[in-house]
Amino acid sequence: MKKLIALLSFCLFLIACSDSDDPAVNGDNGPSEVSFDREAMLAHWADAIIIPGYEDFATKVAALNTAATNFTTATDASNLLALQTAWDNAYLTWQRVSMFEIGPAETVNLRLNVNIYPANTTIIENNIANGDYNLDLSSNRAAKGFAGLDYILFGLENSPTAIVGVYNGPNGAAYKQYLLDIINDMKFRTDEVLSNWNTTYRATFVSNSGASATASTDRLVNDVIFYYEKHLRAGKMGIPGGVFSGTPAPNTIEALYAGDRSKMYFLEGLQAVQDFFNGVSYDGSTQDESLSAYLDALNAVKEGADLNTIINTQFDTARAAVTGLDSFANELENNPPIAFLDAYEEVQRIVPLLKVDMVSAMSISIDFADADGD
Amino acid sequence: MIKRINTYLNSHEEAAPLAVFRLFFGLLMLLSIIRFWSYGWIDKFYISPSFHFSFYGFEWVKPIGQYTYLLFFISGLSALMVALGYKYRLAIVSFFLSFTYIELMDKTMYLNHYYFVSVLSFLMIFLPAGKYFSLDALLLSRKAKHKTATVDTNIQYVPRWSIDSIKLLLGIIYLYAGLAKLNSDWLFKAMPLKIWLPSKFNIPLIGDLMGQEWVHFAFSWIGAGYDLAIPFLLLWKRTRSFAFVLVVIFHILTRVLFPIGMFPYIMIVSALIFFDPQWHKRVVYAFAKAVSYPKQLLESGIYLTAKSKGLHKLSLGIIALFFCLQIAIPWRYLLYPGELFWTEEGYRFSWRVMLMEKSGYAQFKIVDEVSQKRFYVDNSDFLTPLQEKQMSFQPDFILEYAHYLRDHFAAQGHKNIAVYVDARVALNGRLSTTFIDPSVNLATIKESFAPKKWIIPFTDDIKGL
Repeated sequence: MKKLIALLSFCLFLIACSDSDDPAVNGDNGPSEVSFDREAMLAHWADAIIIPGYEDFATKVAALNTAATNFTTATDASNLLALQTAWDNAYLTWQRVSMFEIGPAETVNLRLNVNIYPANTTIIENNIANGDYNLDLSSNRAAKGFAGLDYILFGLENSPTAIVGVYNGPNGAAYKQYLLDIINDMKFRTDEVLSNWNTTYRATFVSNSGASATASTDRLVNDVIFYYEKHLRAGKMGIPGGVFSGTPAPNTIEALYAGDRSKMYFLEGLQAVQDFFNGVSYDGSTQDESLSAYLDALNAVKEGADLNTIINTQFDTARAAVTGLDSFANELENNPPIAFLDAYEEVQRIVPLLKVDMVSAMSISIDFADADGD
Repeated sequence: MIKRINTYLNSHEEAAPLAVFRLFFGLLMLLSIIRFWSYGWIDKFYISPSFHFSFYGFEWVKPIGQYTYLLFFISGLSALMVALGYKYRLAIVSFFLSFTYIELMDKTMYLNHYYFVSVLSFLMIFLPAGKYFSLDALLLSRKAKHKTATVDTNIQYVPRWSIDSIKLLLGIIYLYAGLAKLNSDWLFKAMPLKIWLPSKFNIPLIGDLMGQEWVHFAFSWIGAGYDLAIPFLLLWKRTRSFAFVLVVIFHILTRVLFPIGMFPYIMIVSALIFFDPQWHKRVVYAFAKAVSYPKQLLESGIYLTAKSKGLHKLSLGIIALFFCLQIAIPWRYLLYPGELFWTEEGYRFSWRVMLMEKSGYAQFKIVDEVSQKRFYVDNSDFLTPLQEKQMSFQPDFILEYAHYLRDHFAAQGHKNIAVYVDARVALNGRLSTTFIDPSVNLATIKESFAPKKWIIPFTDDIKGL
């Protein structure tokens, strides 16, 4: 009986340890078959990809803010052009960080607040006319962010001169104020995310290196796959192409008013996901531990071809297919938009590779629930 | 032969093992319910989702809105009553019904150990587990003081078969779990442990070992050997203590390695039933002392006898039939063509645990068969992440969901609906392949126990049971 109690308490100790969020013991001493250091991978993700990404994005948003201030003080065509360029730069950089909706970004709902499109022009015009709006409300999410700016920087009138005319017109002050408020809203949230990563979250993220539905690796991989499936594949191509409705919806593309940007933004997002998969640092200078290396380490060689290569090949195929398209707006004038949908199919083919083959090889948990291995 | 069976059926044993089993079982079940509740799982898995996957024939069993909490409350209360032995027969029936209802509400949540709990609590309905060291017995003795003549008395001995039936059920479970592991993936590819174990690198003490191939094979073979041998090691007196140590180590290890909830504790506590009745008596006496339970009630020397011969015979008949079914059901997969792990026809209710790393991806296409207009379904509009995961590699889920989509879009005014699926599934480390015939209109397929011919056959070969 005493032995039994001793044994039980030892086992309980084991359980207690395995359940805690203690920094993991690295399992890479000795000649193991699989000796992949998740903590090193997480550190690489945080230090070389995510934080530099947010830093760059915050810089671009700050530049956007400056350009907006310049435009509101000297409202002319050249300052509008500078502001539009700053918006374009920030929007393109956004495609690099949109997928990291974890931790601080998840807390402030960065993606929902910064990039809901298409913009709801009725709400925007109402807000400007009333001057009484609260951008924190979720009902205003389609009236702000990049899509809101897209409308008030490109869509108010047909020519830059006419747009400048609106800002110099009788209601110009209200438009200017709305412009500044939207950008402030983006800046505030972006800065908060970045500062959180720089102060506390980086350590939390890296040390949570275990393997469970709440561990950093599992969560971020799930988040990135979710982004790929829902926002990159469906949001930027599937929904405009009418994949889920049966009818193309050209008015739902990203950067609707600025014109000819959505394809570029899509390709930037696709490249960002592939770079993340391969562990390419944000500045492109180095490549370190990431999912591709993890798959190699897990010895996921199956049927003669390894998953890492299969996935990268499909990324390249999808990119080539989308690159070969005309602008999304032009492609979607065809009904059905056959070339566009064919390219979508190639983009789609990555989903099962990530969601089934990769996740399965890595034993990534989808959700926290009891299981008995099916 | 018949004489020997009759002798056996009329032989008796101390009631203590049943009482201890009842006590621990009830407490663990109460704990399970509290744990499930405290994680917010009742809402997350049963109330929030707009759609639930039903077991074939049990489509009428659905969560009942906010009353689902009441259902869990009843289940937990019944478990407590079982533990205390208060109105035992009523409590165990109520526990069996409420718990089984909960498990039937959504097959997304199916786990072998929930099935085990249902099966075990069904068996316990027919066992005299509430007659010894229980509130029932205590209340009976108080009543007996006032009335001189009572029909019921406090008993000390119960029929031997009532204890042995629990041992038999446990033996069947272990044995079948072991037999199911005798396949080429488990034994010769160390799958799926080869996939699962390396991700457990951060477990104290043994984390370093989890990445090594020999460990994967060792765990596979030892696991299979354990399941096959443990019922016999527990039965034989000389190996019993050693076997119990193995039970504890094995189940704690599975608890550490895999997210299997309460199951390890249930199995550890259940294995106590194999111990000598005298050991259980010591446990009962320790408890009795702690709660000042009158000792004379534990030593009445009275044997339990059936009040009604007919009812007794009926109970025995039901239990015999129950065990025949338990032995037969895991073999029903033999009636289906194709690879069991792939089609999963006859996979559930067969103690096949931890055998597969299987995941899939299913993209549904809704087609108007007349206009040929088509669109795809966003599964997250209808399913929770867990439901989508389970749906994407199990054919019966895929079909049920396809029917749901058909009805949903028909209600929206769509006409001539056909539902097609592009499903890809990966099994035990193989590259994903097409799972369902993409040219089959699932809207017109009827669910039944007949073989599902629209599953694309498995491209590899898994040998064994």
